[in-house]
Amino acid sequence: MDFAVFLQHCLTGISLGGAYALIAVGYTMVYGILRLINFAHGDIFMMAGYFMVFASSSMPWYLATPIVLIATVILGVLIERAAYKPLRNAPRMSIMISAIGVSYLLQNLATYLFTALPRGYPTLTALKKIFQIGPLSASLVTFITPVLTLALVYVLILLINHSKIGMAMRAVSKDFETAQLMGIKINRVISFTFAIGSLLAAIGSILYFTDRMTVFPFSGALPGLKCFVAAVLGGIGSIPGAMVGGFILGLGETALVAMGYSTFSDAFTFILLIVMLIFRPTGIFGEKVTDKV
Amino acid sequence: MSNDIHLKISNLSVAYGGIQAVKDISIEVPKGKIVTLIGSNGAGKSTTLRTIAGVVKPKEGSIQFNGEEILGKSPDYIVTRGITLVPEGRRVFDNLTVLENLKIGAYVHKHRLEEDIEQVYRLFPRLKERAWQFAGTLSGGEQQMLAVGRALMSRPKMIMMDEPSLGLAPLIIKDIFNIIKTVNAEGITVLLIEQNANLALKIADHAYVMETGVITLEGTGAALLADESVKEAYLGKRKE
Repeated sequence: MDFAVFLQHCLTGISLGGAYALIAVGYTMVYGILRLINFAHGDIFMMAGYFMVFASSSMPWYLATPIVLIATVILGVLIERAAYKPLRNAPRMSIMISAIGVSYLLQNLATYLFTALPRGYPTLTALKKIFQIGPLSASLVTFITPVLTLALVYVLILLINHSKIGMAMRAVSKDFETAQLMGIKINRVISFTFAIGSLLAAIGSILYFTDRMTVFPFSGALPGLKCFVAAVLGGIGSIPGAMVGGFILGLGETALVAMGYSTFSDAFTFILLIVMLIFRPTGIFGEKVTDKV
Repeated sequence: MSNDIHLKISNLSVAYGGIQAVKDISIEVPKGKIVTLIGSNGAGKSTTLRTIAGVVKPKEGSIQFNGEEILGKSPDYIVTRGITLVPEGRRVFDNLTVLENLKIGAYVHKHRLEEDIEQVYRLFPRLKERAWQFAGTLSGGEQQMLAVGRALMSRPKMIMMDEPSLGLAPLIIKDIFNIIKTVNAEGITVLLIEQNANLALKIADHAYVMETGVITLEGTGAALLADESVKEAYLGKRKE
């Protein structure tokens, strides 16, 4: 394989990985604060795809994009309020089952409202413009995705480590009750976490679907699962971990496709999950467990 | 007289998953005093404090703070009224630095943060040395100091402490009790729960004995120290 082709595949892989990373961060943040695997996250991502389909049919992309982002954030926060908040003191299994329920609800709601036929994803001409850098040529979105991902994750880490709300998020993730005793409104902090997770999922969906061109009610299911794997791979609860996990999956899948094993590209993700769970269940950046009496 | 009563609990009952943990208790905490609640494990002392702080919802009763009914209010509202709880087992945020733990104690207000932090450092110089460490790396005694410092950051009028001596070495317990007295001397009312009844009664102006959810005895600290039944049950002295 010549070097330029190799680079081209790497670029594709990193770009796919960037979109995965943005979604995986949503999983990991919600897990960090609620110890919940938000199985509906992939479907929020799918709904963001539909929001764009409808928004861009009646307005230009620069208006449609913020509307999609806001609508997705509202959807994510509403789901938290309706399906997870009433179960705050319930066993963790109940809230997880609720998440699975929301996932099916969204998939079937989308089937009912928009039919199961794939809809064409709007072509954002600006993002589709072909760029040529040295021997590499790809659409702008392929170049932008990894850069945007890194920038967003960087900002997010700054927010979590250096702002008041970030400090509250870390406190709530450690200990609900003591956080309440400090006067933190934990429901507000949890809503904020879902808002950020959904915002990133919406951005991820724009980047992802611009490359895929169609949206259908189950188009969030497999990417959702894969991004969950990415989050576990990186060490669930860790934001840099989720990002690294996303990039590993994106690169791995693309490498398999490039080698002609595209049939196995999905299997690769889950084999990686199994191997990881056997040998290092806490993931690459797994949470440190500091037990002190 | 009622002006001097800071906290007034009347006929409070709390049930926890079907078990009646607190049964119809009434407690009064005068302003600027140290009041202690002693009793064995499971007597309902912690439940009482957590109910005052708003994290446990009671079945019935009334809790008035400076004449205002705070029962049923959210924990964040109660903190802003000037009540703070140092929880049992310290519960510092071990994933936050010492400084961040202090800052989060002041979460509900933002005035003169630096000044308050300096004040806490004066009280606990050790915390200043360790400001950038994660709280999880502190020793038990240091964590207890941090928990108290964190509570003071909310500028409380009344501080409640749940078993501050738990799991600490005797020398450090002495430090902690000195700190309680210092805090009180600055005009902050203290409501203290202790299993170490001897120490608690010595510093308390007023004391209540709690057994299986009810108040069985009350009196000044000195009076309870001298009481035969208290001696036998909590101070480890036998009747002849």
